[in-house]
Amino acid sequence: MNEPPVIRTRELTRYFGRKPAVEGLTLDVPRGSVFAFLGRNGSGKTTTIRMLLGLMQPTRGTGAVLGHDIRALPPGVRARIGYLTEEHQLYGWMNVRECGDFQSQFYPRWNEKVFRGVVGHFNLGLTARVKDLSRGERAGLCLGLTLAPEPELLILDDPTLGLDPVACRSLVESMIYLTRRSDRTIFFSSHQLADVERVADYIAIMDHSVLRACCPLETFRNSVQQVRLQFPGAPPPLPAIPGLLQAFRTEGELRLTCVHYNGATEKALRALSPAQFEMVPISLEDAFISYLGERGEKSFILSETEAKS
Amino acid sequence: MCISTVKFSFAISTGSKVPIYKQITDQVWMAVASGRLAVGDQLPSVRALAEELVVNPNTIAHAYSDLTRDGLIESRAGRGVFIVQKRKVFTSEEARRRLEPLLDAAIGEAMALDFSPQELSAAFQKKLDQWTQSKGGSSDHE
Repeated sequence: MNEPPVIRTRELTRYFGRKPAVEGLTLDVPRGSVFAFLGRNGSGKTTTIRMLLGLMQPTRGTGAVLGHDIRALPPGVRARIGYLTEEHQLYGWMNVRECGDFQSQFYPRWNEKVFRGVVGHFNLGLTARVKDLSRGERAGLCLGLTLAPEPELLILDDPTLGLDPVACRSLVESMIYLTRRSDRTIFFSSHQLADVERVADYIAIMDHSVLRACCPLETFRNSVQQVRLQFPGAPPPLPAIPGLLQAFRTEGELRLTCVHYNGATEKALRALSPAQFEMVPISLEDAFISYLGERGEKSFILSETEAKS
Repeated sequence: MCISTVKFSFAISTGSKVPIYKQITDQVWMAVASGRLAVGDQLPSVRALAEELVVNPNTIAHAYSDLTRDGLIESRAGRGVFIVQKRKVFTSEEARRRLEPLLDAAIGEAMALDFSPQELSAAFQKKLDQWTQSKGGSSDHE
């Protein structure tokens, strides 16, 4: 893992007028990882992706993809990046095979077997016309067109948006299949935490233009913990608990969600002398929602891939 | 791939409170405890199980590495992953320490359902009998 990261940004920032869309983003994406880029709508994910692809210039800060400055990506480097968007250029009058033949002209490394494999996986006939394809089938075709050039880095911006469950699953299966090659990196934004849980090694979480977490998925799950404290009577008032994200108070019970849970947190909680003290496991989704919730203090989990500049 | 096929199938769910790697290790432990998996049985390769369950291979590798560490499985070069005779990996003191929270959790939840200690004890014994029986029942496989 001492190879240079496939994506590296330092203080990457983009303003629209006086409004920041991405503010001081510092991020490393390790080669060979499946990296999920998360955050609510409008948190800066798409702006970041557009900057990484050289489709939009940063206001300040730097970024490198496959070792090249994103302000001037040479065409040869661009050809090593696969980018899947909704608005893939497709001609309605072409059939599936013709789309592949057409696209292959632009890529020296076109792998027809991959193309056929992916479209086959989505149950697409080679003679089906683009204009007759369903949304999920179009997504399969686009994925085939994106994967056939065997990109080293695959960037997917909300790939499952608007897809039915079957097409979603096919897409996730394709992502798993892609990890057969250990040097292939996948960077994808998504709201589907179930998919993230299945495929991601690392996650990064954007919130209001700022990066708030960047770590292995498991580190995130371990960092966000829920505790249930039971009391014989009404729970005592809550002192300042470091890393407190959410607190629910019911009769005789306090349920707290904390980040960076450690011995100090536990000590502070035990000092309330609860009758019962219990760690409650929570799902990734609950952890994510608590983490981005509006209550509590802002916390940051920026470990492991955090920049050591 | 000519070795005895795996007769055990995993099932994972996303959105669970239990991380996927833990669901897998739990299922192997359960299967061994109940006799559905026995010493010498083979588990799917990391890659095969990843593609079957549609999860990141690193997640499977994590589960397998935990199971290896706990002495339940062994990876044999070029042949695959097998259930092995369980080595004693915990000191008896540590094992007892790990048992405590398991009992606490079960008893706590059961008490909340208003079972009396006598009823609980009987139910526990009955369950225990079922487990040991099913283990004995499957001992005739190769």
